[in-house]
Order: sequence, then C-alpha cells, then structure tokens
Amino acid sequence: MSLDRSDIEKIAHLARMAVDEDRIEGYATDLSNILGLVAQMDDVETDDVTPMAHPLHMAQRLRVDEVTEVNRREDFQAIAPKVESDLYLVPKVIE
Amino acid sequence: MHNKTIAELGAGLRAGEFSSVELTRHFLARIDSLDEGLNCYITVTPDVALQAAEAADQRISAGDAGPLTGIPIAQKDIFCTQGVKTSCGSRMLDSFISPYDATVVERLNAAGVVMLGKANMDEFAMGSSNETSFYGPVRNPWDRERVPGGSSGGSAALVAARLAVAATGTDTGGSIRQPAALCGITGLKPTYGRVSRYGMIAFASSLDQGGPMTRSAEDAALMLQVMAGFDPRDSTSAEEPLPDFSAGLNDSLQGLKIGLPKEFFDEGLDAGVAASVEAAIEEYRKLGAEVVEISLPNTHLAVPTYYVVAPAECSSNLSRFDGVRYGYRCEAPKDLEDLYKRSRGEGFGEEVKRRIMIGTYALSAGYYDAYYLKAQKTRHLISDDFKAAFEQVDVIMGPSTPTTAFGLGEKADDPVTMYLNDIYTIAANLAGLPGMSVPVEPVEGMPVGLQLIGNYFAEAKLLNVAHKLQQATDWHRLAPEGC
Repeated sequence: MSLDRSDIEKIAHLARMAVDEDRIEGYATDLSNILGLVAQMDDVETDDVTPMAHPLHMAQRLRVDEVTEVNRREDFQAIAPKVESDLYLVPKVIE
Repeated sequence: MHNKTIAELGAGLRAGEFSSVELTRHFLARIDSLDEGLNCYITVTPDVALQAAEAADQRISAGDAGPLTGIPIAQKDIFCTQGVKTSCGSRMLDSFISPYDATVVERLNAAGVVMLGKANMDEFAMGSSNETSFYGPVRNPWDRERVPGGSSGGSAALVAARLAVAATGTDTGGSIRQPAALCGITGLKPTYGRVSRYGMIAFASSLDQGGPMTRSAEDAALMLQVMAGFDPRDSTSAEEPLPDFSAGLNDSLQGLKIGLPKEFFDEGLDAGVAASVEAAIEEYRKLGAEVVEISLPNTHLAVPTYYVVAPAECSSNLSRFDGVRYGYRCEAPKDLEDLYKRSRGEGFGEEVKRRIMIGTYALSAGYYDAYYLKAQKTRHLISDDFKAAFEQVDVIMGPSTPTTAFGLGEKADDPVTMYLNDIYTIAANLAGLPGMSVPVEPVEGMPVGLQLIGNYFAEAKLLNVAHKLQQATDWHRLAPEGC
C-alpha cells in the first residue's frame, strides 16, 4: 500500500492535525513503509479466527449507579489554556 | 549508599543507620552532579522529596514503616502527579500540572516512598530509544553515545546510574523490558490489568501496563506489591487476588520447565547476545531446570499486528488533546478547526504524528476490516501460540532485544528499523502476558537482557525464577563506570 501527498493531506485532516508542507512527502514515504510492514499480516488466512479485543477476554465491569466523584471544577479550569466566567473559550463557532 | 538495593536500604533505615532525609539528600546531590550529562530527569522535585523523607523518618521512628518507606524513587513522567508537572515527554503537556495522582503514585506515596522527580521518556511513550522526547534524548550511562532504549529510557538509565534506587515504567510493546535490557537493570511488565492504568496517560489502552524498574528481582517484588491490585477507577483492572510477591522468591527451580521459542533465536539475533542468553540458560540448567525447545509459529506477525493495534488506539486516545481543556494551545486561532489543527500540529512531535496518522488511516471508512479487524484476528493467533506453549512449559525465555544498545541517531530517521527493536517483546503485550528482563553477561561492555515470559498472573513465579539467577550470578550487580 503506497500513500501519496493527497492521502497524507486527507488523513491529517481526519486527525484534525496540521502537518508542515515540507514534511508531507516524508510522511508519505514513512507511512507507506509502515503499511508495507503491516501488510505481512496478510500472509496468514484468518477467515475462521475470532477477533481478540481484550487480552483477558473480560466482560465490561459495571458499577452501582452512585455519585462517587466530587466537583472539582475550579481545579480543572485552572489548568485550561483559556477560560472566562467558568467557561472554556474557543473561537466563535456560530456567525 | 547508592549501590544498595531497596531491600538493603530499607533494613538500614529501620535499623536507624541513616535517615531517609540523609538518603534523599545523597541522591539529590548525585542528580545535581551527574544528570546533566545523562538527561534522565525531566523534572527534579527536591522540595516534594525532602518533605516526604521527613514524613518517612517520622513513620520509621514510630515503628510504622513498610519495605518502601523512605526509599527514593523516580516516577516515569507518564504518571500523573498532583501539583507536579506531568509532561509525558511532550510539548503538548509542557505546561500541564496534574490536578490528581495516578493510582500507582497514590499507592507508592501511601507506602512512604520519596519521589525525587519525573523521569524522561519517549513522547507519549512512542519510541524505543528515548529520542522522541521533547526534552531531548537520554544517554545510556554505559556509553553516552548510545541510546538507553525506550520508551522508559529515563527510568532505566537513572536506575542504572544510581540516580534513584528504583523507578516506575510503562510497557505497551516493550517499553519497560527493552530499556531495562539496554541499561542492565531488572524490569517487570505485569499481566495486563494487574497494575491500575488510572492516571497513567493512555497510549494504547488494550496493551498499556505499568511496572517496576529496579536493580534486582527482590526489589521488583517489593515495588510490585505496592503498585499492583484491583482499582475500581480503571475499567480493565483485574479482580485477581494479590499474592505475596516476595514469599516464593527462594523457591527451588528443580524440575522447572523452560521453553525456548526457536523463533526468538533466528538470524536477526546478534551472536554475542545469543551467547549471553545461552550462558544464563546454562545457569538455569545448573539450578535444576529442564530446558526444551518450543515454537511460537506466529511470532513474525507480532510487529505488523502491533503497528495496527497500537496506532489505532493511540489515534483515538490522543484525540483528547484539542487545545481547549488542558495542554498546548496555538497562538491566535482563526476558527475552531484551526485551533484543533495547529494546537495538535505544533504540540505533537514527529513520531506521535506518524502514529496518529497510521491509526487514523487504519480506522477510516473502508479500511477497518483490512487493518484493525485483521490485526485483532492475528492477535488471537499470537495469543493462542502462548496458550499452547504454557501447556508444555512453566516459563518462556529468550533475548529481550536483538542487539545491545545502538548509537544515538543511528535509527532515528527510519521508523521501520526502529520498530524492529521490539520484535521479541511485543508478543507478550498482544497476549497480555507478564514479562521480565534481567541483566545477563554484557557484550563488549554493554548490557544484555534475558527475557522471561510467564503465564497470566504468574508474576510471583517470574520473580522467583529471576531471583534465583541473581542469587547464583552477579550480572545484576554490575554498574556503569563513573556511577
């Protein structure tokens, strides 16, 4: 599987991550090489194999529906890059 | 004082031979004089350390001390520490002061450890050389022109250089065992779910596991005893009884069945490393173990499988870094999308970006079956190989890494070559099994690690097997020159 410039631009957009213009070719080469390594998986037939999602095959644990956490709003807002009147600030979304 | 183990120092503290404050000052002075050339620590926390040491001394004099009380350790900078910068080796979290403690940190603090600081690491634990850290590479104390391994490179190097008695690490594809091997220390990756992941910054959630990095198996048992155990705050924490990890350390190995997977001794293995591993296996024969050849036929699928599963999970986990609630935020974003894109583009380094992109691609519409679903199936085959092997043997052994430590910069530009460093360690993560690396005979002055893989929740057995080797040999006592 070989990726080109436009693939990298599309993937970076899906990941909402800016990539430097002059690094795009480099990423295309690196990612193509990694996918070449990954393609070795295709050497084995797996039609009848069940997928393994969890190493211990555990079922999701449930808990009693009780409030266990205290409100620490101020602590959490103190580490945010930009807050005002208890709200996280982002650029204007609605015109 | 700095050459002593947790077990030896703990005895000295409780006997009143020295205080924790004295011990802590000794290590802080060593960090001051030696760490500039090694770069093991991202943050040194002398105030936190001395306060903890004073509290430990009071506990010791009150007769309320446990085995770890007053022992100076380092925390890998992936573990959240309340009030102390937790960077995960990334520009993204360069200004992040954690508002809470990870469960591992909370438990170690409750046991009375003294945290000297936060250890350097590959960015978001993605790397095998500690060269992807935003804070610069760590140098290997055995040869400063070589890498210490990664991602827990700072933890491994600082334990080897005696800049703390022990450290915590995390292992997603070999990140405890590989640097432990390259720096000549003892590292244990427990069974998946054994140690809580709460407050341990997530990389690949079905693989990540925290564990101890120490200078002996005996010390690893003492650390694990405190770090391990069920935690309701981690949804995949295992509800398994916690044994006394030190109780069986001296059990006889007479009749122990050791399996050597032939796939671990292939043409990719350095001849010197192979000879050191063979020499250690010979010691086990002398201790009464029976050694048989086994096969893990799907070993060649481990690295390809891992480089789908780990990036896929990483792309999902790291989507939380958006420049809004915490972490790096770009200057003057023109709209919300620009805020996300530039905060992430500027906050993440090259390797993290590569993995986010691989994962995003593998999970994107139309590719899921070919990549993630396929990888979950090959993961099952790898896991089944181990299941079959453990019907024949008690412990699996082989090399931790294909070579000794490589040069700084040697593999940094070629991700695929770098990934192949973890060829022997990754399979245990995919299967969720516990694994250890213990130092064996060095090759040309550089450390070599013997890897031990055990059955699910058999950490006590692994520690016993490692401890017996360390009773019979002195390889784990070797120290780098000048340290």
